[in-house]
Amino acid sequence: MTPMATQLESHEPRPLASPAEHGLPPRPLARPAEHGSPPERLGPPAEHGSPAIALRGVTRSFPRVRQPPLTALEDVSLAIAPGEVVAIVGPSGAGKTTLLELVCGLQQPDLGELSAVAAALMPQRDLLLPWVDALENAGLALRLAGHSRAQARREAAPVFEALGLAGFEQSRPDQLSGGMRQRVAFARTLLSGRSLLCLDEPFGALDAITRMELQDWLADALATSPRTVLMVTHDVEEAVVLADRVLVLSPRPGRLIAEFTVERPRPRERTDAELVALRARILEVLR
Amino acid sequence: MRAASTVLGPVVRVLSTGRPRRAPRAPSASVQVPAPAAAAVAGSRQAASVLAPVGLLVVLLAGWELYARLGSVSPVILPSPSAIASSLVDDRALLWTNFTVTAGEALGGIGLAVIGALALAGAIHFSRSLRLAVYPLLVASQAVPLVLLAPLLVAWLGFGLAPKLAIVVLVSFFPILVATLDGLAATDPDLLKLVRTLGATRWQAFVSVEAPNALPGVFTGARVAVVFSLIGAFLAEWSGASRGLGLLVEQAIPQLDTARAAAAVALLAGFALLLFGGLGLAERRLLPWTRTVSR
Repeated sequence: MTPMATQLESHEPRPLASPAEHGLPPRPLARPAEHGSPPERLGPPAEHGSPAIALRGVTRSFPRVRQPPLTALEDVSLAIAPGEVVAIVGPSGAGKTTLLELVCGLQQPDLGELSAVAAALMPQRDLLLPWVDALENAGLALRLAGHSRAQARREAAPVFEALGLAGFEQSRPDQLSGGMRQRVAFARTLLSGRSLLCLDEPFGALDAITRMELQDWLADALATSPRTVLMVTHDVEEAVVLADRVLVLSPRPGRLIAEFTVERPRPRERTDAELVALRARILEVLR
Repeated sequence: MRAASTVLGPVVRVLSTGRPRRAPRAPSASVQVPAPAAAAVAGSRQAASVLAPVGLLVVLLAGWELYARLGSVSPVILPSPSAIASSLVDDRALLWTNFTVTAGEALGGIGLAVIGALALAGAIHFSRSLRLAVYPLLVASQAVPLVLLAPLLVAWLGFGLAPKLAIVVLVSFFPILVATLDGLAATDPDLLKLVRTLGATRWQAFVSVEAPNALPGVFTGARVAVVFSLIGAFLAEWSGASRGLGLLVEQAIPQLDTARAAAAVALLAGFALLLFGGLGLAERRLLPWTRTVSR
């Protein structure tokens, strides 16, 4: 544990100054991560019970031909409480997708320990089934759970419509725009019935306005039916608008170098000066 | 001509590209092609898709006719297209009776081959040891000349339908099996991962992802197999039969009635074209998502 703490301290450019320096109210909007503290304090507060996701010293590397293995993630420890929304930001190749696939059980760590509740993954590519229509794609998990086609369609319809897809129920994926396909994939993830959602750049293919609409929609949806969310994004604004915590990964090999807590109730205003300031500070760490 | 191009257009297009493709897109609004001009472009493209193959056929037949009439080759060895055509008309009852026999054998055999190949492809896909055990034998079996197998099958199965079906299955099974297996193996691994995270069992992943992914391959294999199946049925009849085009040709040649033999072959060739094109159309119909080239 000690080497990691040392590394983190040496990398971490103290992302947040003390609130007083910025003239912020006593209750800080964000507080610096406690990476220097003992591992148990990295986890969620005790009252949350056992975490939805717990990683301890997780390292993942990929063998390469005639080259040393490529280390995607190195010594990552984190714990996410049930109901928490956590965003991961970091440069390309920082192992963000690898982290999600580890949590979803699609990859195994080379070193370290990992435990997570069953998760639904929304991959970066929409990966819709080309041979079934949009509504059936959205209700895929229901079909796999043994529901009849008609029942799956009925249950999927409200979410499908809420995501602005009404009228495209019977379109095949190849007849939809990229943004629509992404929304179908999002609906499919939401309809998985899993309490943990792993979202890989969920709104990356959308235009700015639709993206904001769907971010607001997700914030509302999480307020009414809370889920644990682990999302990868390259959009720092999206991270601060949606997440309870923002984790920053370093360039390859990916390590956790900073952590920001956003203590602002959702839904949040994008123009909130404190969120804007926080966004600037996260960008500074990323640079 | 207009009616012909409407009917033949899709078939010819499917034949000419081998694989069905999405029909040419209508010009988008931004291009601003006047509607009549656009219709004319589409119409001329339709006409071309019929005229090109028909034109080539006419040229080839005319050359053949000239060579057969003016050349030094005896009409017993090379009948002229006009002689074949008149045989097609004069012997139509005889040809048709025998054609239905051969076509029935070919279609029945193809049906059995499709069922067998799909079942074996599924089994091989799930069992590595089955693949290792069976695949090499199947590949080797394809190198055994039919002329060697046909008499053996007649000896075992008699002169009825059974040996014909057996030979048709033997020649058409393999292309369907290989194309299906490739289709199953070519499934996007990320798609499989995804359905796993959504709770799919191994069998559900097969049914909902791998099997649909293999369907275009099944059609590709079947298009190759229908052509083989006709040769198979023909050869099987040659080796011993009471009816069929193979028998008809076997009897026509010693009688020096080459035109009738060639008419029988022309009938088979036409049927092959029809089946090949029909399968292409069926694929467009049944697998509409394959019409677009993948993103």
